Amino acid sequence: MPRAGILVDRPYERLTKEQVELIHQASMEILTAPGLISFNEEAANILHSHGAAVESIPGDRRSWQVKIPEQLILNALDNAPRTVKLGARNPDNTLIMQGDEPRVYLITGSETNIWLDVEFPTYVHKSDASREIRVPEFKPRRGTVEDLCQSAHVCEHLEMVDGYIRTVNIQDREITEENKDVNKFFASLNNNTKHFMSGLTSLKQLDNVVRMAELIVGGKKALEENPIISFITCLVKSPLQFVDDTTATFIEVCRRGLPVAVSSSPQAGTTAPIKEAGIMAQINAELLAGITLGQLVKPGTPVLYGSVPVRARMDTLGDSYGSVETSQYNIDCAQMARFYGIPNYSTSGVSDTKIPGQQSSIERLFSDIVVAMSGPQYLHCAFGLLDCNSVFCLLQAVLDDAHFKMIKFFLRQPRIDQPEMEAALKQIRAVVTTPQKLYISYIRPVLRSGEISGIYPFEGSGETDDVLELAYEQMKDLLARPVEHIDRETTARIFEEIPGILPRLNVYERES
Amino acid sequence: MSKDIIATIKENVIQGRKTQEDVGIDDSLAGTPGVVELVQQALDKNTSPQVIITEGLTAGMEVVGEKFSTKEYFIPDMLASAEAVGAAMDIMKPVLESANVETKGKFAIATVKGDIHDIGKNIVAILLKGAGYDVHDLGTDVPTEKVVGFVREERPGYLGLSALLTTTMIEMGVVIKALEESKLRSSVKVLIGGAAVSDEFAQEIGADAYCADAFAAVKVLDSYRQMG
Repeated sequence: MPRAGILVDRPYERLTKEQVELIHQASMEILTAPGLISFNEEAANILHSHGAAVESIPGDRRSWQVKIPEQLILNALDNAPRTVKLGARNPDNTLIMQGDEPRVYLITGSETNIWLDVEFPTYVHKSDASREIRVPEFKPRRGTVEDLCQSAHVCEHLEMVDGYIRTVNIQDREITEENKDVNKFFASLNNNTKHFMSGLTSLKQLDNVVRMAELIVGGKKALEENPIISFITCLVKSPLQFVDDTTATFIEVCRRGLPVAVSSSPQAGTTAPIKEAGIMAQINAELLAGITLGQLVKPGTPVLYGSVPVRARMDTLGDSYGSVETSQYNIDCAQMARFYGIPNYSTSGVSDTKIPGQQSSIERLFSDIVVAMSGPQYLHCAFGLLDCNSVFCLLQAVLDDAHFKMIKFFLRQPRIDQPEMEAALKQIRAVVTTPQKLYISYIRPVLRSGEISGIYPFEGSGETDDVLELAYEQMKDLLARPVEHIDRETTARIFEEIPGILPRLNVYERES
Repeated sequence: MSKDIIATIKENVIQGRKTQEDVGIDDSLAGTPGVVELVQQALDKNTSPQVIITEGLTAGMEVVGEKFSTKEYFIPDMLASAEAVGAAMDIMKPVLESANVETKGKFAIATVKGDIHDIGKNIVAILLKGAGYDVHDLGTDVPTEKVVGFVREERPGYLGLSALLTTTMIEMGVVIKALEESKLRSSVKVLIGGAAVSDEFAQEIGADAYCADAFAAVKVLDSYRQMG
């Protein structure tokens, strides 16, 4: 049985049918004129061999102007699978995404450089030593491979996390560009049995990480049937450019038939038009170009429509993920992906604030609720991320999980049908004749059936706000719970066959 | 045999099963007799009412209280158990009277004049009845004269006044003043409760206690009993 996710009965859509068509047509026009610039020669050649007009652009860096005919794009859209399966070490954690079904899976990530430690030191009142207060203190530091293990471990136990994208960049002294991929894949897969998606640091490591996944699931064919890993490639740099190295990675992933998110992240105001019509036409064009390339490399490659639009901050021109428009763009993109029938990778929950607290909760909840309502299938919802995705805090991830439980409940389908209404009428007629006129006795049959939303788990006692402290206690509980590591024999084979994994990540060697 | 039935009464109180129709907290006792039927059976077998109360009903309510304090139980569970005990007390009332067994005390409760809100008042009444008090619910929008008249006639040891609105809470002070004028104030402890009132307000109008919720009312009354 795959994970249930959140099935949104009637997804929130902002665009009319006419507006969807308008965006689609504008994207087609963009891809035929001006087209896009490819800095990757192979991509230009593939597109050219299938009928795109390709011209070399003079200059220091080799690049090609590529104009993609509309029919080529439409054919590619026909080839792209409507259903994408993302497997998992634990088959119960499999994700089945259908392009036309607004079933939302909640995913962690993305990669941050900073890990935020939390402590709760006690302060004593200056003039009254009997008065004490515990105040959270946050200490940022560079992320390590042990942090990644911890993050994967806690996310394994967070109920609302459906899939794992690593949350922290491993920056240990022993980690190099050559061994980063095998270590990040092993640390994540060994501490988490949910689906794992990642980008690649080095294309040279692609076959090593694919081999690692094959060893875990039992071979090449088993991996095809249960793709426990998938990739995300930011092959597009806005506006309208195929980047050389990530496009090369994308092509190689497609050749291996593994699921891949085609990602584009234009910033309205700088790398895309500031107004909604402009950024929507452009991001849609960029994603369609990537999807087309993928289907030309290998028809039927499972792809996700990976939209990560954002508005620019007016004070710094940095990303403003907390802005209202960012959520609007994401909701529009979910609708466009559904129009094409391709599962949507979307974004929510990114906060501009630097530490867990009120601003963080308000900013992320706003986008988490409205974007989830739009029904994207693969919602990268920034569990635990802060400071515009540059900081990860486990405590925040625990808080986010509690918030998503509420959102899931909020989005459940209304339970109003004939038998339900008949029971309600019977109840009303019975209660109004009683002296106390209370419905309380009817609560009990539904109290423990999951039909009533739960109490906020971090509710303080009295007038104190204990949210962070209570979440911290839960975080420690989750860390103390064991995870199911890759078995001893497979671990031994992985260490034997795949070079570069840090020996200390072998839990069986550590034990002995 | 009587021990078995007492243990079953206690278990049914914990489950909050007033009658055979009630499912309870889970369905393990579904279809079996509830507290009302079991108490009747126990009385029919001449089981001591004192034993039924202390080892069955009260012992069951103690477990319910513990489960509530550890958040395993919620207010609907507590009320279901209290209602079951209250119904049992109704059945036992004639037996208790003939055996000269006293209740914990007479408690009158009313929502004051001008106010028709009664959820809190009703919950207090159910819980106190389940806790063994002889509860008299005077209703909502009760005129001061009616409250004073009841105190004069029935001599309750405790009087609960409820008000939700800031516009009606002043009636509580009017009732207390009327009790004083009728020389009845010293005969009754007056407790007040409701969203609009506070401990400070209770002191201001000369009430004996402010109860933030129904559980506080049980605690306050029990503490008065202990003080004698």
